[in-house]
Amino acid sequence: MLKKVAVFIVFSLLAMVSLVGCSTEGSTEGSEDGQTEITYFSFSATPDYEEELNQIIEAFEEENPDITVNSELAAYDDYFTKLQTQIAGDNAPDVFELNYENFVQYASKGTLADLSSFIDEDDSFNPDQLNEEAFKAYQYDGKQYGMVESFSNVLTFYNKDLFDEAGVDYPTSDWTWEDERAAAEKLTDQGNNVWGTYAPVTMNEFYKVAAQNGGQVFDDEGNPTINTPENLEALQYMVENVTEYGVSPSPSDMSGQASEDLFKNGQLAILHTGIWMFGQFEDVPFEWDVEVEAGNTQKAHHFFANGLAVSADSEKQEAAYKFAAFMSASDQAAETRVEASWELPAITNDDILSPYLEQTPPENRQAVFEALDSLVLPPVVENWSRISDVTNQEFEKALNGDQTPEEVLNTLESEYENIMNQ
Amino acid sequence: MVGMTKKKTLFWLCIFLLPNLLGFLIFIGAPILASLVISFTNWDLVSSLQFTGIDNYIRLVQDPEFWRAFRNTFLFIFGYLPLVMIFGLAAALLLNKPMKLRAFFRATYFLPVITSWVAVSLVWKWLYNPNYGLINYLLSLIGITGPQWLNDPSTAMIGIILASAWKDTGFVMVLFLGGLQTISPSYYEAASIDGASKLRQLLSITIPLLAPTTFFVTIISLINSFQVFDQVMIMTEGGPGGSTTVMVQNIYNYAFRYFEMGYAAAMSWALFIVIFIFTYIQMKFQDKGAV
Repeated sequence: MLKKVAVFIVFSLLAMVSLVGCSTEGSTEGSEDGQTEITYFSFSATPDYEEELNQIIEAFEEENPDITVNSELAAYDDYFTKLQTQIAGDNAPDVFELNYENFVQYASKGTLADLSSFIDEDDSFNPDQLNEEAFKAYQYDGKQYGMVESFSNVLTFYNKDLFDEAGVDYPTSDWTWEDERAAAEKLTDQGNNVWGTYAPVTMNEFYKVAAQNGGQVFDDEGNPTINTPENLEALQYMVENVTEYGVSPSPSDMSGQASEDLFKNGQLAILHTGIWMFGQFEDVPFEWDVEVEAGNTQKAHHFFANGLAVSADSEKQEAAYKFAAFMSASDQAAETRVEASWELPAITNDDILSPYLEQTPPENRQAVFEALDSLVLPPVVENWSRISDVTNQEFEKALNGDQTPEEVLNTLESEYENIMNQ
Repeated sequence: MVGMTKKKTLFWLCIFLLPNLLGFLIFIGAPILASLVISFTNWDLVSSLQFTGIDNYIRLVQDPEFWRAFRNTFLFIFGYLPLVMIFGLAAALLLNKPMKLRAFFRATYFLPVITSWVAVSLVWKWLYNPNYGLINYLLSLIGITGPQWLNDPSTAMIGIILASAWKDTGFVMVLFLGGLQTISPSYYEAASIDGASKLRQLLSITIPLLAPTTFFVTIISLINSFQVFDQVMIMTEGGPGGSTTVMVQNIYNYAFRYFEMGYAAAMSWALFIVIFIFTYIQMKFQDKGAV
């Protein structure tokens, strides 16, 4: 018996050794004939802007003939799972996209390369070329760990045809929650499955709505401040649009359909969504426009930034940095983005930005810039995805009428404490 | 192999087993061991490994989320297992008789089994749609306002159970059909001569003699149902309000959404222990039953 076991173990060891041998042989560095090959991993290019990304890469390769960029794409929902697994497997892409919320977590774990020295040596790039706030968003501990490429925000999108039919005045920049709800009540036509307004009842929407009422989910030190009167009022506003007033579709009305599709179908008069939808809404068979968001005690707008970071483990950091700087600050990248309305390049050069304002739809593109005056950054706390999952779960209970908004906030207060003390 | 020494036989045995063994060791054996090690760490995939002793297991016992997933999984099993066994046996009994188009019906019942869970889940999601779905439409024809199905925490699990039982009925049916073949027709002949009714024959001959098959089906279905995941992930993502979050879903969330690999590995081992205990109990029962 013992012998059998011994033979078994020897064979398994042999097997493992031979496999390990194979894998080391396979991974040779791809730098023949002075050509450096780097991998770029992106979420914002898919599904609508793959063409544009290829154009930018081509322009980059033309300027840097010794560098080849291989792009890998993954939808946002799967992106971070893939990225994290690649990093764990010592197989990280040389340069990859990070949104602001996730940037801090990656920087704090030492997975990103410090780009400061590359920036100092780079004659073609000067931080002045970029929006200062956005550039600084990618600093951690005083070091530059990323290059901001674009930003985006969320606006009030509205279907002009539905407003005209219902004889309701278009939204204005002075709108408050009450104005929006009053308009939505007139616009809602439940018999035909048309609703006045829609915003997801989730954490991502809530922290902004709370800010429109002077509330915060976390204070400046990162301590949870979820259970406050301001936040309660914000949650009540969001929930009651569905439960009390019926001006927003309930989860069962939606039953798995995307709010963007409902808007395209002409079933939503107002939709709160990001300016990254401009491209997709281009061809809808009705007139639409955007306006800054309604507030309550004050205005508040989402602010999302995307940037490129270089892997700390990459052996081709310089080439990777060059590409990151190109995506971030080059005129070619910015022009391509502007032309396709692929978010907003974070550059300061007005000559390049002005075509963005001239394009239609929507007419009122100026709102994109007006919204920047009242931006609220996404909370950056550890365990953010767990906290938002728990929050969304509890919000669902409020939408289903199983719990009141008060009860939900009480539960969340203790849940947050549990999670953050682990 | 005549003329070979035992040692030589063993050597050749290993050679022939090698391809399979290799795959098993690399893709199953090693990861299982690794997950055991990881379950004693707080690894987040990115930082280096830090051993935290049995912290993860202590946290597990105190974690209400884990116990909710545990409860939801048992809820699923209590609904799913009897349903799939009864449907599967009924289908097997029906299709065991000589009849027209028998092969066609057998294939039809088996079709859902070989269909991917993703496709099945998406179709059921539409069937369950409270406003436009076929099920609530049919209910409305007979004057019943259908429930909110997957949107309501109290009916979402029922929806998952029904869809799962529908999909796996064909699998259970095939196993029972195999079991029915092993019962000698002479028992039934004898029973008919003695004047036993069909029902009597079913209860006194078919079901007792199917016991080994029933045992096998129960174990397989139980182990599978502890690992229920695909349909939940696609149909409800564990919602609404966490009412369908099962154990594997919870493990998935911690591993690939919150990147707490250590804690997720500990939960996987807890799941393994639960499955092991149940299988062991069933084995014991079976031993007694067989004697």
